[in-house]
Amino acid sequence: MGRYVVRRLLQMIPVFAGATALLFVMVNVMGDPVAGLCGERACDTATAAQLKREFGLDQPLWRQYATYMGNVFTGDFGTAFNGRPVIELMASAFPVTVRLTLVAVVFEIVVGVTLGVVTGLRRGRPVDTAVLLATLVVISVPTFVTGLLLQLLLGVRWGWIRPSVPPQATFDQLILPGLVLASVSLAYVTRLTRTSLAENRRADYVRTAVAKGLPRRRVVVRHLLRNSLIPVVTFIGTDVGALMGGAIVTERIFNIHGVGYQLYQGILRQNTQTVVGFVTVLVLVFLIANLLVDLLYAVLDPRIRYA
Amino acid sequence: MLLEVRDLHVEFRTREGVAHAVNGVGYAVDAGETLAVLGESGSGKSVTAQAVMGILDTPPGRVTGGQVLFRGRDLLTLPEEERRRIRGAAIAMIFQDALSALNPVMTVGDQLAEMFTVHRGLSRRAARAKAVELMERVRIPAAAQRVRDFPHQFSGGMRQRIMIAMALALEPDLIIADEPTTALDVTVQAQVMDLLADLRREYGMGLILITHDLGVVADVADRIAVMYAGRIVEQAPVHELYKRPAHPYTRGLLDSVPRLDRKGRDLYAIKGLPPSLLRIPPGCAFHPRCPMARDVCRTDVPPLYEVSPTRGSACHFWRECLDGSAGA
Amino acid sequence: MPEPSLPQPQEPERAIAGTGTGAGMDLAAAEAATVGSGETGRPAGRPRSLWSDAWHDLRRNPVFVLSALVICFLVVIALWPSLIAPGNPLHCDLARAQDGPSPGHPFGYDGQGCDVYTRTVHGARASVTVGVCATAGVAVLGSVLGGLAGYVGGFWDALLSRITDVFFAVPVVLGGLVLLSVVTSSTVWPVVGFLVLLGWPQISRIARGAVVTAKQHDYVQAARALGASGPRILLRHIAPNAVAPVIVVATIALGTFIALEATLSYLGVGLKPPSVSWGIQISAASPYVRNAPHALLWPAGALAVTVLAFIMLGDAVRDALDPKLR
Repeated sequence: MGRYVVRRLLQMIPVFAGATALLFVMVNVMGDPVAGLCGERACDTATAAQLKREFGLDQPLWRQYATYMGNVFTGDFGTAFNGRPVIELMASAFPVTVRLTLVAVVFEIVVGVTLGVVTGLRRGRPVDTAVLLATLVVISVPTFVTGLLLQLLLGVRWGWIRPSVPPQATFDQLILPGLVLASVSLAYVTRLTRTSLAENRRADYVRTAVAKGLPRRRVVVRHLLRNSLIPVVTFIGTDVGALMGGAIVTERIFNIHGVGYQLYQGILRQNTQTVVGFVTVLVLVFLIANLLVDLLYAVLDPRIRYA
Repeated sequence: MLLEVRDLHVEFRTREGVAHAVNGVGYAVDAGETLAVLGESGSGKSVTAQAVMGILDTPPGRVTGGQVLFRGRDLLTLPEEERRRIRGAAIAMIFQDALSALNPVMTVGDQLAEMFTVHRGLSRRAARAKAVELMERVRIPAAAQRVRDFPHQFSGGMRQRIMIAMALALEPDLIIADEPTTALDVTVQAQVMDLLADLRREYGMGLILITHDLGVVADVADRIAVMYAGRIVEQAPVHELYKRPAHPYTRGLLDSVPRLDRKGRDLYAIKGLPPSLLRIPPGCAFHPRCPMARDVCRTDVPPLYEVSPTRGSACHFWRECLDGSAGA
Repeated sequence: MPEPSLPQPQEPERAIAGTGTGAGMDLAAAEAATVGSGETGRPAGRPRSLWSDAWHDLRRNPVFVLSALVICFLVVIALWPSLIAPGNPLHCDLARAQDGPSPGHPFGYDGQGCDVYTRTVHGARASVTVGVCATAGVAVLGSVLGGLAGYVGGFWDALLSRITDVFFAVPVVLGGLVLLSVVTSSTVWPVVGFLVLLGWPQISRIARGAVVTAKQHDYVQAARALGASGPRILLRHIAPNAVAPVIVVATIALGTFIALEATLSYLGVGLKPPSVSWGIQISAASPYVRNAPHALLWPAGALAVTVLAFIMLGDAVRDALDPKLR
């Protein structure tokens, strides 16, 4: 187990380096890094050249990357467009997005897994067909459309919730945005749970459990669910990283001042430091989530643990 | 009679049509007796056992007729809760592939202990002690340590021993072993089979041994029921059947086994393939492959004729077959 | 006690990309990964029966027929939008901004006074073009790279695996924002290029997996033992096994690409005006959704139906190609 953790950690390093380098190149080659620094107007040539020197932007790209990564590991993410350190923006933005993601994950677990179990055990019944159809529709309607529609209905027409979330963004204010963020994944969790259950239902060990004379409840909970939920748990785990990255759309719709909002501002104002910084952290979160999922997988499935 | 299956019918509704897997099977096992059910895959031998256990996949499978009398009570009419209490406790089953039949994410100890906590209401601790005891019974070395291991950590033979231990746990009256050694190496097969036979004697249980392996049968079984296309075609005490089969299918099976006393002679092979259960031939299901088939075989389903008080054959010409076998 | 018949410890399914929409693509991949292995249960000499069986099933599957009809209709109006919407999608009359439906203008007008019906019909072209081109690019690039890596194995395989890991770690929508925010072109090609760039690893994983599985089949080993050449083995014996899962994933990916294009356009970095696309329409309509919800609902509905059609098609094809799920 210990060696497994170490191996996975080591595998993470090149992926992290590669992904951040990829983004670094994308941002720097595609955009003009000093464009956002002179306010609304474009910088004149002399100022631009001076700014470039100041920020080390006249160095070759790989050196810029190395310097940047060096700074990142000392907690220095550079300066945002408004002159505040990027790390300050992060301190205000990440808690909001983390709360939003948490709400979404709770929806996935509570609603998604429940629906999946119900349909998986009642394959072919009307409940199953209805839920399956609903998941297809949810998957097909892009998140931003779902979000806009729910905002229109619940927020504007019926007035159940405030259509935009205030800056403090407490958990109860994030319920609808969380549901919107979770929607597509929720549908997938339902389908995955259902498929996994249906596959395992015919498994030999389930037949053995029945042949042992165990009560149906015990067969389902101890034998069927315990095995079927392994892929579901891992999906939800990996989804945590993906949800934080995907929150940008939901945050835009509900005007939530989280990671996506700051990133969007950074891109609008072409502030590379903000963009690279936030994306770097998101990539790291994604990779750590994956690592934790792998470890969780090993805990849940002894065949991996002892391999 | 410990268990008596009477005129059992099972069908499977598939996309291609209704598959008649079991068509009027009847057999009986007494306490302390070993009945071998012999047949090719698809002959209905496993499906019959699943119907007896009540673990048929329904749907698509369905028992459409017959009785399964266990100590005189028809299991098929019992409410599910009562059937559940019988399963595992009074009738236990051993499956072919222990690797897939054991739960991969539960320790073998927990899987064994479960029998005691559920059926006997034992505490976890007591159940665990029983599990160790069982593993020792089936001669698994270092049982006390290995109870905490998972199925995939055992070798094939050891895993099958754990399956056997699980079946023995509550000292059932009847064990159904569905191809218990097929998935094992030949050398291990004999060990596991011997263990099973020993334990059966020790506990005085009835045993239904489902197999397609004639070699396994000869050593262990008291009586044999040969199945073909969902019917019993011949039933007899093991030695009589080996010496003088009363059905051309049985004879074909016996002749296709290499034997030392017939060295140098060509092996016989039954021509053709087993029928599809969706389209079982009319009359005697075996007639398209039978060397003795005549017109009546194509139209009339042969009943199980009484050859002797202990024997039966579902062949219109069993007498001829019996005489032919004597000469061979 | 080591056991020779141990199931290969599976790499946990980590193939989850960056967004709500993106995650879908990868789960589809994970599900479709079973397609290839399902096929192994069949006799090796009869690959054709898989396809004819599948076709037989599909023709009787109402879901397939319905989604195929929707897709055919979409393709037709993408090619010739004037067939059903003869108006000019760029012709707008500010005086009629946000007006409701009127005769000849069944969907009403949007915030700029453009006819919503005409624009929705003409918007199909952008979505279908992006979807089809991106899928074609991803399928070709992904299966070639993945297939070769799986076949060659060793260093190149490991390298490709790491590269795909890198791409999976980049959240799709964020990558799109970063990369496309500087593009000024109003054609579909930057978006297509971006989707191919971030989408290929998914197909490459499927293709690689299928090839690696196929490589271990006895009949492939036999072909090799009989002296068949490398390319011949790859094309005749291995490639057919990879085709089914790739087709399934690609069909579903097509739907998600269309959704992604709309999402990026909504965020202002996908297609840009004067292009006509559903994403742009929805984005433009969202600020005054209170007063003129019709301007948002029609393109959103068209988008949803389109994505749904492709996903259902992929779903139906997967069910037909995967004998295990029957």
